Amino acid sequence: MPKQTVREALRDAMAEEMRADENVFLMGEEVAEYEGAYKVTQGLLAEFGPRRVVDTPITEHGFAGLGVGAAMTGLRPIVEFMTWNFAMQAIDQVINSAAKTLYMSGGKMRCPIVFRGPNGAASRVAAQHSQDYSAWYANVPGLTVIAPYGAADAKGLLKSAIRSPNPVVFLEHEIIYGRSFDVPDDEDHTVPIGVADVVKEGKDVTIVSFSRGMEYALGAAAQLAESEEIDAEVVDLRTLRPLDTETVIASVQKTNRLVVVEECWPHAGMAADIAAIIVDEAFDYLDAPIKRVSAVDVPMPYAANLETLMLPSVERVVEAVKAVCYR
Amino acid sequence: MTGTDEKVHLTREHCLDLLRQMVRIRRFEEKCAELYSGQKIRGFLHLYIGEEAVAAGTMQALKPDDAVVATYREHGHALARGLAMGPVMAEMYGKVNGASRGRGGSMHIFDRGKRFLGGNAIVGGGLPLAVGLALADKMQGRDRVTACFFGEGAVAEGEFHESLNLAALWKLPVLFLCENNLYAMGTALDRSESQTDIHLKAASYNLPSRQVDGMDVVAVEGAAREAAASVRRGAGPFFLEFRTYRFRAHSMFDAQLYREKEEVEQWKENDPIPRFADWAQQADLLHPADKEAIEASVQAELAEAVAFAEAGAWEPVEDLQKFVTMDEVPA
Repeated sequence: MPKQTVREALRDAMAEEMRADENVFLMGEEVAEYEGAYKVTQGLLAEFGPRRVVDTPITEHGFAGLGVGAAMTGLRPIVEFMTWNFAMQAIDQVINSAAKTLYMSGGKMRCPIVFRGPNGAASRVAAQHSQDYSAWYANVPGLTVIAPYGAADAKGLLKSAIRSPNPVVFLEHEIIYGRSFDVPDDEDHTVPIGVADVVKEGKDVTIVSFSRGMEYALGAAAQLAESEEIDAEVVDLRTLRPLDTETVIASVQKTNRLVVVEECWPHAGMAADIAAIIVDEAFDYLDAPIKRVSAVDVPMPYAANLETLMLPSVERVVEAVKAVCYR
Repeated sequence: MTGTDEKVHLTREHCLDLLRQMVRIRRFEEKCAELYSGQKIRGFLHLYIGEEAVAAGTMQALKPDDAVVATYREHGHALARGLAMGPVMAEMYGKVNGASRGRGGSMHIFDRGKRFLGGNAIVGGGLPLAVGLALADKMQGRDRVTACFFGEGAVAEGEFHESLNLAALWKLPVLFLCENNLYAMGTALDRSESQTDIHLKAASYNLPSRQVDGMDVVAVEGAAREAAASVRRGAGPFFLEFRTYRFRAHSMFDAQLYREKEEVEQWKENDPIPRFADWAQQADLLHPADKEAIEASVQAELAEAVAFAEAGAWEPVEDLQKFVTMDEVPA
C-alpha cells in the first residue's frame, strides 16, 4: 500500500470530492494562494480556481456563517479554520445555526457543511493556540464530530464528511499532519462515520482513544506487550459523535478493563463520558475501576518542560494500564 | 404584487394589497397577544406592531425565488412573504401543522418553498447566513437576491461588520434591511451606538446606503425596489436603514420603563396603517368601504388560522429525537 502523509491524504480527499461534486467548495483563511497555513490545501487553487477555493479575510464568525448559509441553499462547503482555537470566534454559527437548523425547522432546512482544521495541542505555542475541543463539539446534538488519527482514516472520513447531509466538525491534528501512513490507492476509499476501529486486538485491557491520543495508546500497548506481557486491545474511536459505544462495550466485555486516553481536559471530557457509558452498560464486566489519561487541568504552558508534563504520554498510559491490571 | 420593477405603481389594486398586508400583520399580532394571555402561546413572543410598513413594503421588491432571512420578530415578514397564516399561527401554538412542526415556535419560522429561511433568534446571527446564501447564488450564477432583516441592535455585533465587509468585498447580491426601531430591547440607540445614523456606518463598508422613513409604506417600497434593482444589476449589496418604532413591548415580559408613554403616543400618531389608508383615500385610490372589506377578510383569515392551529395535533412524543440529524448518507 502506498504511503502518504495525513496532510496529503486530507488534500486528496477534498480534491477527489471537488472533482466528483461541483457543489463542493472550500473557504477559509489562506486556503487558496498561500495553500493553507499548514499546507493542507496545496494545489487546490491551481486545479479548481478561485471560485471554488476561496480566500477569506480574518473573519471566522463571518465566513463560518457564510458557509452555513451556502449549505442551506444546496452547496456543500468545506470551511477551514486555520486552527480550531480561532473557531471560538465562530462557535455561535457552528452550534446555533449549523447544528440546530434541521431540528428547529422541523426537518425543512438541511445544512451539509464540513468545518475542519487542526485541533488539540500544537508545539510550543502556548495557551491560546493549543486546546482540544473534542468534548465541546461532541456535546452538541445535530453535529457529527470526527477526530481521525492515521492518514487512511483522515482521507476516508473526510470524504464521508463531505458527502454527509449533516454539519460535520472535523478535528485534525497539527502534530500528525506530517506523519506517513499506508493509504489505499483508491479514489473511492471512504470510511463510515460513527464506526470505531479495533486497531490492535488484545485480551487483558482495552485502551480507547482518538486523534493524537492513539499515539500514546499504541505506544503504551507496544511497550506493555514487550515488558509486562500485558496484551492490550486498542480501539480508535475515529468518530466522537455519534459514538460507537457498541465496539467499546464489546471490547470491555472481553478484556474487563478500560483505560481512556484523550488530549482534552479531564473535567466533563470525552473520557469521562465514555467511562459513564461503560458504567451504565457494562458495569458487571468490569474487574477494575476505569482509568482516564487526560491532559492536566491547566491552560497550556509555553515552557517545554511544563508543556510535556501537561499532555498525556506513553508513560502515563502504561501506568494507568498497570493500575487497572493490578500490576 | 411582487417583482422587479424599479418604480412603485400605485394602482388601486396595489394600494389594496399594501393595506391588506399591513392589516394582516397587525391583526395577527394582536391576536397573538390575546392568545398569549390565554396561555395558548408561551415563551418569547416579539410583536411587530408599528413596524408593518417595513415588511409589507420591502417584500414588494422581491421575486418568488429570492430568499428572506429574518429575526426573532419575524411573524410579519413571514406573512408578508406569503406564508399562509394557518401554519404560522400553528407554529405559535407548537403544533405539528406549524411551519416548523412546532419545533421552532415564534422565533423560528421556516418555509423552504417560499425561501423563508428563518426566524433567527441570535441578534446578528442571520447576517452571515444571508451573505452565504448570496455567495451560493453568485457561485452558481443564479440571478437571485437575498433580503436580510435585522434590528439596529445587531449593528453592535461583530457579525454585522463581518457580513457587510464580506458582502461588499465580494459584491454579493444581498439587500441589508435594518429595522431601526430605536430600542435594542430596553437600550436606546444613543446608549448603544457611537454613530446613531446607522446607514452611515454601513456606508463605510463601501456599499450604497440610505435612510428611509419606515412608517411610510410607499417610501419603503420605493427604496426597496430601487435597492433590489441595483443588487440585481450586479452592483453588489445595498443597505437600507428604516426608521421605525415598535408600539408594543419588546416581548411579553417588558414593563417598558426605558421610554416615555408620550414618546410612544407620538409615534402612534404616525401609525403606518392609517397614514397610508388616509393618504390613499385622499388620493382617491381607496374607498372608505375598502378598509372595512379588508378588515372583514382579514378577520375571516385570522379565524381560520386560529381554527387551523387549534385543530392541529401535537408532535407525537416518539418523534422527540427526529430531525436531530439526517439519516440518509449518500453512497
